[in-house]
Amino acid sequence: MDPVIELDGLEVRFGERVILDRLNAALTGRSIGLLGPNGAGKSTLINTLLGFHKPAAGTARIFGRDIRTHAREVRSLVGYMPENDAFIAGMSGVRFVRLMAELAGLPREHALERAHEAFFYVGLGEVRYRALGTYSLGMKQAAKLAQAIAHGPKLLFLDEPTNGLDPPARVRMIQLIQEIRDRGDLHLILSSHLLRDVEECCDEVLILKDGKVAAFCNLEEERRANRRFLEIETRGGAGVPSGPECFLEAMEKLGCETAPGAPGRVKLILPDGLEVRCLYQVAAEQNVQIRRLSHKRDSLEDIFLKAMETANGRL
Amino acid sequence: MAVYKKTYRPYDGGLTSSWTRFLVIPRYAFEDLHRSRFLTTFFIASFIYPLICALIIYVQHNVSALNLVGVPGANRLIAINVTFFMSLLGWQSMLALFLASFIGPGQVSPDLANNALSLYLARPFSRLEYVLGKLSVLMILMSLMTWVPGLLLFSLQGYLEGWSWVADNARLAFGLFVGAWIWIVVLALLALALSAWVKWKPVAGALMFGVFFVAAGFGAAVNGVQRTRWGHLLNISHLIGNIWLHLFEGDAHTTNGAVFFRVAQGEELPLWCCWTALAVLCLVCLYMLARKIRGVEVVR
Repeated sequence: MDPVIELDGLEVRFGERVILDRLNAALTGRSIGLLGPNGAGKSTLINTLLGFHKPAAGTARIFGRDIRTHAREVRSLVGYMPENDAFIAGMSGVRFVRLMAELAGLPREHALERAHEAFFYVGLGEVRYRALGTYSLGMKQAAKLAQAIAHGPKLLFLDEPTNGLDPPARVRMIQLIQEIRDRGDLHLILSSHLLRDVEECCDEVLILKDGKVAAFCNLEEERRANRRFLEIETRGGAGVPSGPECFLEAMEKLGCETAPGAPGRVKLILPDGLEVRCLYQVAAEQNVQIRRLSHKRDSLEDIFLKAMETANGRL
Repeated sequence: MAVYKKTYRPYDGGLTSSWTRFLVIPRYAFEDLHRSRFLTTFFIASFIYPLICALIIYVQHNVSALNLVGVPGANRLIAINVTFFMSLLGWQSMLALFLASFIGPGQVSPDLANNALSLYLARPFSRLEYVLGKLSVLMILMSLMTWVPGLLLFSLQGYLEGWSWVADNARLAFGLFVGAWIWIVVLALLALALSAWVKWKPVAGALMFGVFFVAAGFGAAVNGVQRTRWGHLLNISHLIGNIWLHLFEGDAHTTNGAVFFRVAQGEELPLWCCWTALAVLCLVCLYMLARKIRGVEVVR
């Protein structure tokens, strides 16, 4: 699959400070999450892709177009919902979205029609003639989404779209994002420090830390792999010729990857074709009781925390 | 698709030409300005002087009309010459300054105050196009107040007076057009630069006047204390007046320049100094705009 975004040694500096440090990645997913703690460089990465910051080294490509040499073409393909409040206070909602659609190149009649559609779509149809300055925070977020999709972009950048939203408004926003994703007409880049938002909306995640790529994973594949990941708690077998060590050896012979944890606890990954009941058979042969067995799922939180761990194991 | 269907669909229609896209900005700005009664009234009132001038030109060439009202020699009272057109340009240019002070501050500052620039510039729309769009709002309005009526009056006079008058006075048309554009460019750039740096509209408007009148006063004080004329370098209307004199009359001056832009005898500055000072002012304004007109503001 052709990558949506390719980061090719991308480096961005503000003065002497390195904000993005030679990022390399090829993002191919339908909806891609950008995760990282505050200050990790998520917004800077989006702003650089939009052409707001010039790379100090390296480059990036969006749908194969270089952001350095084809910035205008790149921007004609994207929609952008910024993190902060961004609007023109005196303008009515629908006029604002129409202006933005016209600036994206839509003829004025089409822009007007699309602005109305976008406003109804994000649930602001009834307030579309009200001045943007009078909108609540949730309405402003929805209006920002409306202006980002009105011109029908191929790639949508959503920078912290649920910032400051109350729970019902957050749910509504996530539903909208999922709906847009599921239609399959465009790709999404969702930047957030909220793991839940990314987990609910994305199938691929790029985790940034201190301007570097800390992890990059395909959530779908990760979830599929996790189905074979078990954690068991055993009892007995100690002091007899066939004990826990022999149990582990026997499992490894069957093709399992094993990792002993605290006494009596083992993490293992089953190879394809091996059923869970084989575990019980081997355990019985080795005179070991399996007291507890759980399918350990590596959540996005686990992936994120692992990515955030420094060399000495601290966060 | 009907809007009530509330679904998202991609856009597959045509796009407008990218080089005319900056004109979207003045179109929206004019709609906004039209809503202000004060500005609309002011703009219409600014055409009173050119209308009076048109009437004067018409009456000058209708001796029968003068005879009818019993003032047969009145056509010799007001001559249609360089002073007539310079006065027109001076009046209209002063009104343009007021217009720029009312409209200019509202051009960029609301976008900056509400972080809207990131939305403009996230589209296939450059910083240059944004500035051009905003400049064109002021330039179009000020053109309609200055050189457009000026050239219309010149054409009327030429039509009534004959082709030989047009040929003899072509310099007046050139002076009107180029002189007005110099003033318009300086005013528009200054208004936008101040609007970009001062987010509070009334303060930006007051600063516009400050740059013209306070700096002129300071320049006069420098002249008085130092017994020099170089203080006029701080007086933008004096610089413009110098250039206008040259545009309208060349090196052989017969007047002191346009009303509000007078250059007293012996107070003239070398022409290259005036051009350089205005160029520096424009470059400073462009630098200020380049610093402020960005998709995101970087705190280093």
